[in-house]
Amino acid sequence: MPYEKFRILESTGVPLEIENVDTDQIIPARFLKATERIDFDKNLFRDWRYNQDNTLKKDFVLNNKNYSGKVLVAGKNFGSGSSREHAVWAIYDYGFRCVISSFFADIFKNNCLNIGVLPVQISDDFLQMIFNSIKNKPKTKIKINLITQEVSIFGISHKEKFEINPYKKENMMNGFDDIDYLLNMKSEIKKFAAKRPY
Amino acid sequence: MNNKKTLFDKIWDSHVVRKIDNGPDVLFIDRHLIHEVTSPVAFLGLKNRRQNVMYPNLTFATADHNTPTINQHLPIKDPLSAKQLQTLQDNTKKHDIVFWGLGHKKNGIVHVIGPESGITLPGTTIVCGDSHTSTHGAFGAIAFGIGTSEVEMVLSTQCIMQPKPKSMRININGKLGDSVTPKDVALYIISKLSTSGATGYFVEYSGNVFSDMSMEGRMTVCNLSIEMGARGGLIAPDKKTIEYVKNREYTPKGDNLSKATKYWSTLHTDEGAVFDKEFDFNSSDIEPMVTFGTNPGMGISISGKIPKIDSEKRNYSSYSKSLKYMGYEIGDKMLGKKVDYVFLGSCTNGRIEDFRTFSKITKGFRKANNVIAWLVPGSHRVLNQIKNEGILEDLEASGFKVREPGCSACLAMNEDKIPPGKYVISTSNRNFEGRQGPGARTILASPAVAAAAAITGKITDPRKL
Ligand code: SF4
Repeated sequence: MPYEKFRILESTGVPLEIENVDTDQIIPARFLKATERIDFDKNLFRDWRYNQDNTLKKDFVLNNKNYSGKVLVAGKNFGSGSSREHAVWAIYDYGFRCVISSFFADIFKNNCLNIGVLPVQISDDFLQMIFNSIKNKPKTKIKINLITQEVSIFGISHKEKFEINPYKKENMMNGFDDIDYLLNMKSEIKKFAAKRPY
Repeated sequence: MNNKKTLFDKIWDSHVVRKIDNGPDVLFIDRHLIHEVTSPVAFLGLKNRRQNVMYPNLTFATADHNTPTINQHLPIKDPLSAKQLQTLQDNTKKHDIVFWGLGHKKNGIVHVIGPESGITLPGTTIVCGDSHTSTHGAFGAIAFGIGTSEVEMVLSTQCIMQPKPKSMRININGKLGDSVTPKDVALYIISKLSTSGATGYFVEYSGNVFSDMSMEGRMTVCNLSIEMGARGGLIAPDKKTIEYVKNREYTPKGDNLSKATKYWSTLHTDEGAVFDKEFDFNSSDIEPMVTFGTNPGMGISISGKIPKIDSEKRNYSSYSKSLKYMGYEIGDKMLGKKVDYVFLGSCTNGRIEDFRTFSKITKGFRKANNVIAWLVPGSHRVLNQIKNEGILEDLEASGFKVREPGCSACLAMNEDKIPPGKYVISTSNRNFEGRQGPGARTILASPAVAAAAAITGKITDPRKL
């Protein structure tokens, strides 16, 4: 599916200061019954966001009116667990374009890059600085520059570089996905397939 | 230069269609497994791009995640689940893909039926939109979970694009103690490495602890690789592997089998090959394990106490949150803790060997009155074996019922949900908050520990029953 190109993003962020957030928290399995990609944003962090009677949980950060923006800032080891791409759809459809953490689970990171959410991995210390800044001043802007691969935050002179595979970077900057690439090499794939023994 | 290759290198390198400079490898996929939950949007993508399935004979479909485990012959009550299953049926029919739907004699959990049918073979690449695809690594295959975009890629081009992961080897030699099962070995490793300790790596398990295991046991270990963050895990194929795969429906026959076997015998890590990371553990340190928190890395030996965590550490608040969710406190002993539910099943421990272990322990005892037990075989084939081996009779004599196959309470997408606040000893793979139902409290353990708890109604050492 085509997604919005990503170059430079300047936005406020939402601080989710919890470690090891797994995909079952991002979107619980019972909301995976769709046959189309619609409405996943409604169930993002469902059980942390809502009480069992569907009223809002006041102490959850997504329900805190002070915080908003296109950047989700999350504790270490974000996105572990299942391969459900639905988790990233929920994040994207909710309006986040970037997740910042000090560590990401593999499949989650891959899924992000495939659908246009930029996973930005920074050091534990810088992550803590960002958490502190947003909590002090919720309107603090974070700048993610994909071109120079740098994250900075207003009011702090410290910046950090982040890694991204050059091929994936190109894709993100242009809103391309891997399927387009693969479809263009079908004849090469056919030749390869003919040699597979079983 | 060192031209010694790891097992992983050998398989990976032989599947690279194209190497992209500074980019991922284009990897050919031999076997693609699909199910109702992660495939519908992929088929939709295919339709939007006006593509067909490139090699329908390399994709296999089952219904498992969303299916009921009682009265499977009746229409499905939940309209959304019903629609998802119908969509898979329509998609597979349209694209000429083998589909073993609900009630089909080959139906079952995707990672149980793959090996059973000989779809899983040594030296292959296998993917599925499910993270526990790592299970198939037990056969010396590169098998891993993918997202829905990648499911679409495989359907339309039989390839995905992946950077080659780093390599890790975990060595354990020696003998395992009484009632120490492959599940305990895996939970032990995860407790040492943490849930992110192998992120970015593909793991080879090596040493006689693994080679002594049955294929079922190896599947349990490889299945849990993902829980330490690894993309997958694998074990070199040997005689046991070949014994298991031969004569199965999709396994090569005759000459092709001899050729294949010859190739499979080359599938091992060369002496002197270098891994990016290597760990050694002692088999004698491993005891029956249980988890006490809300990720699979929070495991201890069954006789242990919930450990303290350094309050200086950053994850202190996550740790406390986790214990609060479980209703436990630091210093608590796990032995004797109350259990409300027992779940035997899932692609981790829903195979015949798991039912054998469970029933061997429960035989001659009665199920505790305060325990609700859900025993869910991984497939129809497992269910039939349970019947044929007389296990069903034994279980029923102890007051247990056996349900119909499916993922069931492993992810609680169907109606098999553990109620809020209740404790479940589960042989599945994830103890995340709400994984087995909103508010459910999961203690991961082996079938042996689950069996002991089912008899006593509390966490019990199976060796002391
Ligand atoms: S049993 Fe659980 S882990 Fe295995 S495929 Fe089903 S849902 Fe996934």
